[in-house]
Amino acid sequence: MSDLYTLTANEASRMLQAGEISAVELTEAYIKRIDETEPSVQAFITRTTELAIKQAEQVDRQRQAGDSLSPLAGIPIALKDNLCTEGVLTTAASRILHNFVPPYSATVVNRLADAGAVFVGKANCDEFAMGSSTENSAYHVTNNPWDLSRVPGGSSGGSAAAVAACQVPLSLGSDTGGSIRQPASYCGIVGLKPTYGRVSRFGLIAYASSLDQIGPFSRDITDCALLLQAIAGHDPHDSTCLDVPVSDYLSAVRNPDIRGMKVGIPEEYFGQGVASEVASAVLAVARELEAQGAVVEHCHLPSTCYALAAYYVIAPAECSSNLARFDGVKYGLRSTELAGHIGLSEKTRGEGFGAEVKQRIMIGTYVLSAGYYDAYYRRAQQVRTLIRNEFDQAFEKYDILLTPTAPTPAFRTGEKSDPMQMKLADVCTIPVNMAGLPGISIPCGFVDGMPVGVQFIGKAFDEATLLKTAASYQLATNWHKRIASIPG
Amino acid sequence: MPLTSDEVRKVALLARLELQDDEIEKQSSALNNLLEHINVLQNADIELVSPTSHSIPVVNVLRSDSIVPSLDRSVALSNAPEARDGCFLVPRIMDGDA
Repeated sequence: MSDLYTLTANEASRMLQAGEISAVELTEAYIKRIDETEPSVQAFITRTTELAIKQAEQVDRQRQAGDSLSPLAGIPIALKDNLCTEGVLTTAASRILHNFVPPYSATVVNRLADAGAVFVGKANCDEFAMGSSTENSAYHVTNNPWDLSRVPGGSSGGSAAAVAACQVPLSLGSDTGGSIRQPASYCGIVGLKPTYGRVSRFGLIAYASSLDQIGPFSRDITDCALLLQAIAGHDPHDSTCLDVPVSDYLSAVRNPDIRGMKVGIPEEYFGQGVASEVASAVLAVARELEAQGAVVEHCHLPSTCYALAAYYVIAPAECSSNLARFDGVKYGLRSTELAGHIGLSEKTRGEGFGAEVKQRIMIGTYVLSAGYYDAYYRRAQQVRTLIRNEFDQAFEKYDILLTPTAPTPAFRTGEKSDPMQMKLADVCTIPVNMAGLPGISIPCGFVDGMPVGVQFIGKAFDEATLLKTAASYQLATNWHKRIASIPG
Repeated sequence: MPLTSDEVRKVALLARLELQDDEIEKQSSALNNLLEHINVLQNADIELVSPTSHSIPVVNVLRSDSIVPSLDRSVALSNAPEARDGCFLVPRIMDGDA
């Protein structure tokens, strides 16, 4: 079979279990697909082909021996390069970690390895996950499989592009202000940011610890449920990863029934900057849900207008603190210029960080510095409370909220030279991180040949309702079945 | 009031970040743009609103104080740019001859 790479993970898993294909066969099909498309897409920083074959062989041996295996056993997957992988180069797309080989793996990586998933490589991203286009990678840009002259979004652009290009059926990204959902929207695939505390962050190279969350990319909603199931749940290594029961996500997407479900459409998410074609594609989703029996109403979240500003205080503040660890002493780059202890740190960081990372460290250091703390940081945290409270009130009335994922489809590489313009790409996703809520982006149409996503926002720890709604929508539509044809 | 180049240099020192002269220029204008945007926060009505540091209520997490296996020292040092005698090696921090 030549087109194994077009299978979803769920379909491939069924064939593996039925013995119709082997894990090695499946893995080789994806490796070949990566070989063919990678020169155009450039989704990976590091490929781990040998490791993948070894893992696939192991799964085949276990299956032959009659072991009971996870549905993910033998399924190829890509990992964002800010997830630590023991013995495999992990750069966070930064020059400062150009030679970092972690001595341990992230909890999510261990869980997937235990499930028998096959790791084909480390995906490109914006440096330390800071950006919205993957153009901030210190290594190379990644191209959108739907139009190679456009960005895949970011920061998890490599993870999203790899799935959209059928280089893998599944991948993991991380989302601090939209870094899973926005690239999912730009690449026409499914991307889920779980509730803060649903998935362990242990081994995720931290950007903003109160906002970061790891989550899955896939082409359809069943695969999203499959991967979330494997990574969700308590981890003693991350004290913010809560011991809250994990739902059966696969049963949530089976026979979805959304009759009577209450859907709110916050009008503030359709304001300035949202392209009218995007707004209509998103509102068409609301009509489809209504046709399926949901009750749809417009509502208001008035503090939304402050979310971006509050985010650009809180996230850089946390980043300036988290990135203090990169000082040329314990790992990564060390400047070769002799300059004493403080000088070594300054020079190493000056050489090792890119412009966007430097900007966020600077703004974070400034807002935390003496005399400015109350005016910026404390105020931003108070605004964060306003945003949370408004979501809480909305969820007293509604089961989910429906918004655009991003104001526009993917823009052209190099188009957004003004960093502030770039940041507006995350205006619909940032409030969700501020409130710690789960959010999902699923494909809902095309504008000028480029995919557009709709975002569903749910109550804390209620990923199941998001998945159910998305599954119900995907039963009635075909957007998620379209596959980008990549010029060779 | 926009940040001056000298103020930007001071922040860079606090951040332990060496910036070249052309970078100081670029960072100054980027920082001032961002600060201008962030100033919209001054319009928010936050009187009597308590700050949120974590979106999900988390309390201190305790575990039993028992010894569990951890990284071997040589493994923990394996990424160090310089190490000697089981320690990370850093430049001298005191002036003068030792």
